[in-house]
Amino acid sequence: MSNDAKRRSAQLVVAVLLALLGFAAAAQIRLTHQDGSYAGQRREDLIELLDSLAAAAERTQKQIDELERTRSDLLSSSERREAAVEAAKEQLAVLGILAGTLPAEGPGVTVTITDPRGAVTAASILNGVEELRDAGAEAIEINDRARVVASTAFVERDGVVLIDGHEIRPPYVLDAIGSSHTLSEAVIFPGGLADEVSRLGGEVAVKEAAVVEVGSLHPVDPPEYAQPTDD
Amino acid sequence: MIAVIGLLIGVLAGLFLEPTVPLALQPYLPIAVVAALDAVFGGVRAHFDGIFDDKVFVISFFSNVLIAALIVYLGDQLGVGGQLSTGVVVVLGIRIFSNVAAIRRHVFHA
Repeated sequence: MSNDAKRRSAQLVVAVLLALLGFAAAAQIRLTHQDGSYAGQRREDLIELLDSLAAAAERTQKQIDELERTRSDLLSSSERREAAVEAAKEQLAVLGILAGTLPAEGPGVTVTITDPRGAVTAASILNGVEELRDAGAEAIEINDRARVVASTAFVERDGVVLIDGHEIRPPYVLDAIGSSHTLSEAVIFPGGLADEVSRLGGEVAVKEAAVVEVGSLHPVDPPEYAQPTDD
Repeated sequence: MIAVIGLLIGVLAGLFLEPTVPLALQPYLPIAVVAALDAVFGGVRAHFDGIFDDKVFVISFFSNVLIAALIVYLGDQLGVGGQLSTGVVVVLGIRIFSNVAAIRRHVFHA
């Protein structure tokens, strides 16, 4: 074998080995980039990785449970609070109508008392109001000015009727909310308000209506001495 | 010249043939590549020193690759595969550095 041929065969061998190296290196680089960082990793490393992932998942699950518990706690407490607010609002409406601090409307009657002779007294009007109350009137006002509540005073001064300080002049118009039929019966029953007023020379007209508005309000001062007691 | 062409052909073949590395070989291939690189740099250095011998190069190439793979395999069996392959890479890296330093001295005379 000549020296030249020997050199060429040596170069060929080197070329083949380098080709092998390049092939393997390229394959390895492709593997590293393509299959993500887990391909070709050692089993122990993978197991460790898996363990830490499992621990992290457990921690996260615990956090999720805790947060869900907090969430349901908050939800139920806000639900309770909403129910309490709802109940309080309902009670406020009921008490507001009772105390005369809220305008009200509903079915009822309008009782008009005409008094040409000026003979109808505050006592007669009070009588009529009480009969309406007995018949279940829930809200009453007189001449669209005086709301009748528990503390309403009926006074007469110099022949003028004063209700809670409001001067009320005839004709007296009583708006009452309640069962309209029962209320009108209460006004015109024999010996009742109608009879009393006609004996005094006046006249009572009762009109049942599907919607009666009681718009006047009774001012309320907060109690100065009385404190509510628990239960 | 032929050697460089061989290297290019190998790289291109690896890129375009998209070979799949067998699962059993996957832990050893990176170490084998580094070992082969060491052999190649050693060969280049020998070439510059004027003592290059193709027989020596072929034997050192294969023995490097085999020993490196063997060490990693042994490490895997002993349960210290990760540490041992790190050690092999460090040693081969040092050798590559010293070979490249010798080559640099020949090429740049510095």
